[in-house]
Amino acid sequence: MTMEFTRRDLRQLSHTTSLRRIAAIRIVVVLAAASGLNYVIWRWAASVNWESWWIAVPLVLAETYSLIDSLLFGLGAWRIRERGEPPSPPETGYTVDVFITTYNEPVELVMRTASAAIDIDYPHTTWILDDGDRDEVRAAAATLGIGVITRSADWVDRPRHAKAGNLNNALLATEGEFVLVLDADQVPHPQILDRTLGYFKDPQMALVQTPQWFENVPASDPLGSQAPLFYGPIQQSKDGWNAAFFCGSNAILRREALMQLGISRYVADVERSVHRAIRTSRRLLAKAREDAAGDRRVTMTLRRAAKIVEQARVELARGDGIADVTYRFQRGIDAIASTYADADIALMRDDLRELAALSTEADTFAGIDDAALELLTSRETSPVAAIEAISMLAGALDVDRGDEAQAIMPMATISVTEDMATSMRLHGLGWRSAYHGEVLASGLAPEDLETMLGQRLRWAQGTMQVFFRENPLLQRRLSVGQRLMYFGTMWSYFSGFPALVYVTAPVLCLAFGVIPVTAYSLDFFARFIPFLLLNQLLFWVVAAGRPTWRGAQYSLALFPVWIEAVTSAFKNVFLGQPLGFRVTSKTRVEGGRPRWDLVRPQLIVMASLVVALVVVGIRIAVGQAEGIAPYVNIVWVVYDLAVFSIIIRAVLYRGPATTQKETP
Amino acid sequence: MTAIDVREADGGVVLVPSGRLTVVTAPLLRSTIAERISAGDRLIVVDLSSTEFVDSSGLGALVSCLKSARQAGGDLRLVAPTEQVSMVLRMTNLDRILQPRASVADALRG
Repeated sequence: MTMEFTRRDLRQLSHTTSLRRIAAIRIVVVLAAASGLNYVIWRWAASVNWESWWIAVPLVLAETYSLIDSLLFGLGAWRIRERGEPPSPPETGYTVDVFITTYNEPVELVMRTASAAIDIDYPHTTWILDDGDRDEVRAAAATLGIGVITRSADWVDRPRHAKAGNLNNALLATEGEFVLVLDADQVPHPQILDRTLGYFKDPQMALVQTPQWFENVPASDPLGSQAPLFYGPIQQSKDGWNAAFFCGSNAILRREALMQLGISRYVADVERSVHRAIRTSRRLLAKAREDAAGDRRVTMTLRRAAKIVEQARVELARGDGIADVTYRFQRGIDAIASTYADADIALMRDDLRELAALSTEADTFAGIDDAALELLTSRETSPVAAIEAISMLAGALDVDRGDEAQAIMPMATISVTEDMATSMRLHGLGWRSAYHGEVLASGLAPEDLETMLGQRLRWAQGTMQVFFRENPLLQRRLSVGQRLMYFGTMWSYFSGFPALVYVTAPVLCLAFGVIPVTAYSLDFFARFIPFLLLNQLLFWVVAAGRPTWRGAQYSLALFPVWIEAVTSAFKNVFLGQPLGFRVTSKTRVEGGRPRWDLVRPQLIVMASLVVALVVVGIRIAVGQAEGIAPYVNIVWVVYDLAVFSIIIRAVLYRGPATTQKETP
Repeated sequence: MTAIDVREADGGVVLVPSGRLTVVTAPLLRSTIAERISAGDRLIVVDLSSTEFVDSSGLGALVSCLKSARQAGGDLRLVAPTEQVSMVLRMTNLDRILQPRASVADALRG
């Protein structure tokens, strides 16, 4: 690898947002944070209507949630890093593999991406990672002269881990120093490597993420597919804290970083498994002894097993290598198995001898005898394996990760979205990442509501799995800023619960006169209005002209998806229930009728909001609704309806009329 | 890496990879060891005394081979790593699992 830093490279590696913009952002961040704290503290301290606590407390909690969300957004923006022109690409020397991941996408779609990948300017090798193992893909790839990678035999009957498994399999079958990962629909521009490889002149750089932009989306973007805020200021904010994260496609990764991650995870997983087995062995064996209820042979065997576990514990405490400790342990189990089997074998020998005596040929059963002996003493088939406690210990006290296809799994397998978890772990090992905000690939977004909802649910579920399994706040090797940046993304997926409160509270107020806030008075407006305006100003300054309304609509209007994501991920992680995962289809479901059934909760919300407006109209007309509270809530309801109106458009959306070709 | 020297020994087989054990040369190590295992060898000793440099893919190959050896009922042991290799083993904590032996004789003993 060559390492030709020029002065220009160094300047561009450290390039960031202009001072003027940073100063403006920081001023607004401070003001928005101060006004937010001022408002929410006052809400808790002086304006919760405890008489209606059942809605007043959820409302103030929801407002607190939003304040934290805003503070995290501000904290990110504080160090926003807009990198601009990338460092020049290395002249020679980097080897790159381009991975196109596919499972069931149409072959033409995959080949369109593959042809574009072949045409990437910088020297590279293109691979199709076909998890569907399809002959058509192989044939089409052969005509283009590129390779197809499918799962090795090791994956048979072992967890496949979806896309993460597909990538892990390919990482062991290729050798480029860098890997460009592309989803099957993401057609790369020829410049994609030339524009990004320069960042890797920084030897600590592990990941460069570029935007995902979709060409089949009209300017009005009714399904909210483009994420201009996320693939812009949000990733740039995280980048400022060295926490720009991997989004699964259109990213370049350093193999050395991934492999190092794979090794360190392997070590950590083996250590955890071995230590846990030793910790729980005493209880496990005691329980097995109880169950054996006086069976002498089993009791004796369990006692011998306890002895070799104890020896392993002592050796580990002494600091012996885990491979050696477990090797001796496994040999110990083998020894137990063979004595255990001895009695059975002796019996069988007698039987065989009798049978042989009846047979006319002398050596008929000699071979069977040896084969039976071997079978009974081999670990998996020996009668000792039938003692569950012992086979569990034998499985856990080993270094071969026999339950997984590969010992080394660089891509995290703890979540259906392997990307975020992987980059969090890379950051934990001290690697750096960069977000390069230039569109260098054009993808295809879902064109119908159902597919879109499935995709959002999957992302949200994956993010929540990471939150529950590897909470970033508890990752000691991340800096405080990195922890908060990862946490911020996860926090935003909890928004379904406050959203529910934000639509319920005004309906209750308008229709039934339930008032959660004690004072809709000058006190309220003097605190609430600045918070609201300064928050909007913060978004406006940070977004710098990018559209934000669509994103804001969907973050509220998809509340049932976010709630389902949190609850299903919780049940998955803590109760072991399946998520109901499915691969996002990239093609449109043709000719379907509008799917109102997919958005029933949102329709109920909208109907309630409208009814509430009618009811309050009547109440005002008959002089029953007094004070300013109804008017505040009317404004609130109208805002909610404007937000939810996108759902109607989404249901009625029939896909793009023609493919849009202009770049944003 | 330029080559892997393979020597039969009492109770096992000794492999001596020389030069650089990296992503480029790791497949050779993996296939050599796979061949030895399917030929019936159970104790694989990897002598690292002439391996000048190892990267994470090289370590990954060692771990994969450890897995195959174990699943065949055998074992893989490391011997006498050079300074760079020791450092990488320490840095990734892999030395907590694969503790290198001082000599080939040690590794063959048990």
